[in-house]
Order: sequence, then C-alpha cells, then structure tokens
Amino acid sequence: MQAINFLKPNRDNIKNYSIIGSVLILISLIDVISNAFLKTNLTSFLPGSLTTLFPLILGLIGLNMMRIDYSGNKTLDILNKNINTNNFNALLTLLILFSIIKALPPSLSWMILDANISGDSKDACTGTGACWTYIKVWFRRFMYGMYPNEFHWRINTAFILVIALGFVGYFMKENLKKYLALYYVIIYPIIAYLVIYYLISGGSFGLQWVETGAWGGLSLTFIVSFFCLIFCFPLGMIFALGRRSNLPVIKYISICYIEFWRGVPLITVLFMSSVMFPMFLPEDFFMDKLVRVIIAITLFEAAYCAEVIRGGLQSLPRGQYDAAKSLGMGYWKMHIFVILPQALKLVIPGIANTFLALVKDTPLIFVVGLAELAGMLALAKTNPKWLGFAMEGYIFASIIFWIICYAMSKYSYNLEAKYKTER
Amino acid sequence: MSDPIIKIQNMNKWFGDFQVLKNINLEVEANKKIVVCGPSGSGKSTLIRCINRLEEHQEGDIIVDGNELSEKTKDIEKIRAEVGMVFQQFNLFPHLSILDNCTLAPIWVKKMPKKEAQELALDQLKKVQIDDQANKFPGQLSGGQQQRCAIARALCMQPKIMLFDEPTSALDPEMIKEVLDAMVSLAKGGMTMIVVTHEMGFAKEVADEVIFMDEGMIIEKAETKEFFANPKSDRTKLFLSQIL
Repeated sequence: MQAINFLKPNRDNIKNYSIIGSVLILISLIDVISNAFLKTNLTSFLPGSLTTLFPLILGLIGLNMMRIDYSGNKTLDILNKNINTNNFNALLTLLILFSIIKALPPSLSWMILDANISGDSKDACTGTGACWTYIKVWFRRFMYGMYPNEFHWRINTAFILVIALGFVGYFMKENLKKYLALYYVIIYPIIAYLVIYYLISGGSFGLQWVETGAWGGLSLTFIVSFFCLIFCFPLGMIFALGRRSNLPVIKYISICYIEFWRGVPLITVLFMSSVMFPMFLPEDFFMDKLVRVIIAITLFEAAYCAEVIRGGLQSLPRGQYDAAKSLGMGYWKMHIFVILPQALKLVIPGIANTFLALVKDTPLIFVVGLAELAGMLALAKTNPKWLGFAMEGYIFASIIFWIICYAMSKYSYNLEAKYKTER
Repeated sequence: MSDPIIKIQNMNKWFGDFQVLKNINLEVEANKKIVVCGPSGSGKSTLIRCINRLEEHQEGDIIVDGNELSEKTKDIEKIRAEVGMVFQQFNLFPHLSILDNCTLAPIWVKKMPKKEAQELALDQLKKVQIDDQANKFPGQLSGGQQQRCAIARALCMQPKIMLFDEPTSALDPEMIKEVLDAMVSLAKGGMTMIVVTHEMGFAKEVADEVIFMDEGMIIEKAETKEFFANPKSDRTKLFLSQIL
C-alpha cells in the first residue's frame, strides 16, 4: 500500500507527477502503435507475457500518478473526472484505447489501402481489401432502383421541387404566417403527392409511365419516409387529443386504435396491406401497392406519435388549462394557442426518436416486394456476377442511413434550441 | 338594491365521497368587493373556481350575470370571458411574450383587431406598471411582475367580475405589496371583485364584505368593519386571533 501511496501526487508536486505520468503513457502508446502499424515489438527484451502487458502496466502507473481530486488544471481535471476516476476505470480507458489502435490498421487497409475502385466488373477487384467497384457499378441501382436510367432526371427534379416547396414557410409573409400549419399539414402533402405522381410515375404530359414496382433504392426510402412522416404526425396529434377527450366514444376509439397498432408487428401490417387488404376491396377498385404500404406505415407510426404527444400533453401543469379556460377559450382555441405549442415543444426529442425509428423501419417494405436501399442491396448481393460483396454493400448502406439519421437528430436538436421553453 | 350579479343558492359540491362545499348561499351585487378568508382546505378556492365553472357543482344553482351555470350551459366560454380570474401560480403562458399573453384572448375570443388589442394590452400593462416589460417572456420576470401581468391579462378581456385565488400566496413578502397595490387601484375603479386571500390589511382597506369559511361552509358573512370589530362565531374569533 505504501508503495502506491508513494506514487500519489498532491497539489504541490502535481506538475512534476503529471509530466512523468504523461511520459509513461506516451511510451506505452508508442509501444502499442509501433506494434500495430509497424509490426515491431519494442519490448522484445522482456519475457513472453510481460511484453504484451508492458504498455498496460506502464499506462496504469502513468494514469495513477496523474490522479488527483482537484488540480486547478482544466484539462487534467476533465481527464481525471471522466476516464481516470479509479484504477479500474483507468484500465478500461487504456484497454479501449489500445483496442482501437490495434483495430485501426486492418480496417484501414481493408477499407482504403488494399481496396479497389477502378474498373467496372468483378475482375477489377484483385486486392485483399474491399471492392468499392461493386458500389460504383451498382450506385445508380442503389439510388434509383429499377427505374429506367434515362428517366432519373425525373426523380431528381421531383425531389428538388418537393424540397423547395418545403422551404416556402421560411419566405412566407408575416400576415400569412397563421396559415403555415394549414400549408404544411394539408396543402404541402397534396402538392408533393401531385409532383411525385406526375413526375416520377408519369403517364401524362408526354412522360412515360413507370410503375411503382420499378421504383426503388434510396429514392424510394425517401418517398416512403417523407409521406409517412408528414402524415403520421398530425394523425398522431389527433389520437393523442382523442385519448384525453372527455367524450367516451372518441376516447375509447382512440385507445383502441393506439393499442391495436402498438400491439401488432410492422411486418405483419405490411403483409396484410399487400396480401390481405386487396381481397376486401371491390374488383374494379385499384390501389397501388406503394400507396397501401405508405398508408400502413403511417397508421402504424401514428400510434407511437400519439403516445409521445400524449406524454407532452400530460406534462403541462393544470394551471395552463385553467388559465386558458378562464380567458374564455374553448377546447380548440385552448389547444391550438396554449396547450399544443407548449406540449409539442416538450416532445421534440420523443418525436425525433419515433421519426428515426420510422426511417429505419422502411427497409421492411422489402417483404412486400418493394426494394428500397437495403432491399436493392439484398437483390444485388445475390446477383451471380457479383457474389460475395455483401459486406461492402451493407457498410455503404449503414453509412447512408447513418448520415440521414444523424442529420435528422441534429435538426431536432436545433429545433429544441430554437423553441427552448422560457420557464 | 340592484339585482345581484352573482347568485349562489343551496350549492353543494363533492370530490368523490368528500363534500367540499356544503349548502353555500351567496349573493354579490355589482361593484362590490368581497374577501373570502379561512383556513386552508376550507373550500374557498373551490368556491370561486365554481363561479367560472373551472369546477362543476353537483347541487344547487349558480347564476352569473343572469346565466345559470349547469351542464346544459351552452356558451360557457362566453360567461368565462366576462369573468376574469387570477391564480395563485400566475399561470402565464410561458411560450408567449407578456404582450402576447395579454392580446391572445382578446384577439381570438373577442375577435378584436390586433392593433386595438395591443393598444388595450399596453394600456392595462401600464396600469400595473409593467408596460416596459411587454416584450419579455414570463420566465424573465419576477413573481410580482408575473402576477401583475396576470391581472392585466385578465383585465384585457374587460370582464364584469374579477376572481382572485390567493394572488399573493406564492410571492416573496416584498413583492406582495406591488400586487396588492395593483388590486387596490383596480378596486377603486369600481370592479366587482371576489378575493380569496390571507391579507387582512387588504380586506380592511377595500372589502365591502368579508366571508369566513371553514370545512366547506360559510361560517360568517359580515360588513368589513363589523367582521373585524366583533366577529360573532367562536371559530372566526379563533381564526382572527391567530392571523392578526
């Protein structure tokens, strides 16, 4: 015990101790890095097992020498508080750090150094690393599915139009601002639907008809997510309010709806929508598979949205309702001007959560034969000419999904900051 | 004697099995100021919450400005718009600025043009001396300022009656005075007021009548001077000896 206490710094000698400690940690890091990258063992003079443990022991002593309750040095304090609170945490820190360093060279060489991207067939992939040629050749398929190559501009134009229309709210004049909700809830989805219908589906204005079965890839992910997101939010709001209604009929309809959709798995809902649902429809009534799928996912996610929003409604103090009522506001005015603005602000993190889950649920539409990004991957990896590149494909898809989801969560943080409650 | 603006007859109210209000009879004439006092749990807040039907009563009649309050009352919002209320916890809308707090109801309930509503709101805020805070948010104001804003907000609806539910109970001692001052000047303007409060100084200064409640009943109702000079019931005497 004495020996360890001997290595304990106090506020007077912390400077020297931390310098010695840093040097020890540096040596251990150099040892691990040289081992990982240069494949040399600097400590080969030590006996067998000690040489592997050497950096760990050295690092532990180093961290131990730097550990102090309060030093006054900001960096050192943050370090001590977060990763160096006791010997066990110090050990974990070192282990994680060393594992990352160890794992870096093989993954780097697989992903970049030994990888191939040139050429346009499988034969170009001669290295031991990843075959990015595969992604390059299939890129258009991953983005647009089986949509004919010469018409891809139609998808791009439609997306640009829809995005541009989404920004209309920012440029609306002050006196029109009160119609903003109306625009986003009703008008915008209709316009977006028309744009996508006439541009991507075609069939009129001299554009060739492309059936939805040929749609696919990332663009389909976007289309499905987009419509589900904008429809499930207002629907969820209605059911959240319905569940808190005083009218028994509305209340129990809402409860049944929410509990039904939360109780069934999405994959069965999708099956039902594409296999069972058409059987109940009259012979001459036709509804596109994609539309059915979008409706199914919307109804499903609306139940989750409803519960998240209900949480927000319940967290508002009763005084807010009292105050609104005492000013003579009826149910709708009270909710539109007082309750919902505050409740929705509170549930931004929860709603963002639901929306992220929704985007990541879209690959499930593969079960009804619609191939969005992950679905296209599954098709591509079974192509006889391109067998054996599943890994590259899934890494590619993960990166794309991660970018989409990270962008969404960043946006939700921005919204949170923008509407921070002034309580 | 003119017709009473508020008339409560044989009113009973229960929360579940517990009877909070027992056989309440009360008449308030226009322009009168009534102070309701009593120990906590005596039902005074519930009583004034019944007057604008934030609470429903089960038996008896409540008639406010000629309209009977019951389940059949259709335009309860219209009656509420005539009855302003100030709460213990202020209950300002935290997502709206002070000015918007005051203009929200006039614009959307009374359909007042925005400009007119803003002028009215600034006028009312000036009367409670916080017109310079109009563009701040409730969270940026002190408790006293928030409560004065709540008074202004209620007055913007130009109500016939004002109800105060312990308006100073949640305030620091030094802020109580600024709120009471605002209420005194409102009282001098001739507003019909029912005030639940423990501020006996305020009661002595402005009240026409004082009501003492205990265990859901009106124990004593008397002219202010009479009430403080020689209270009739023993319960009132005990209460006054403890509070004064």
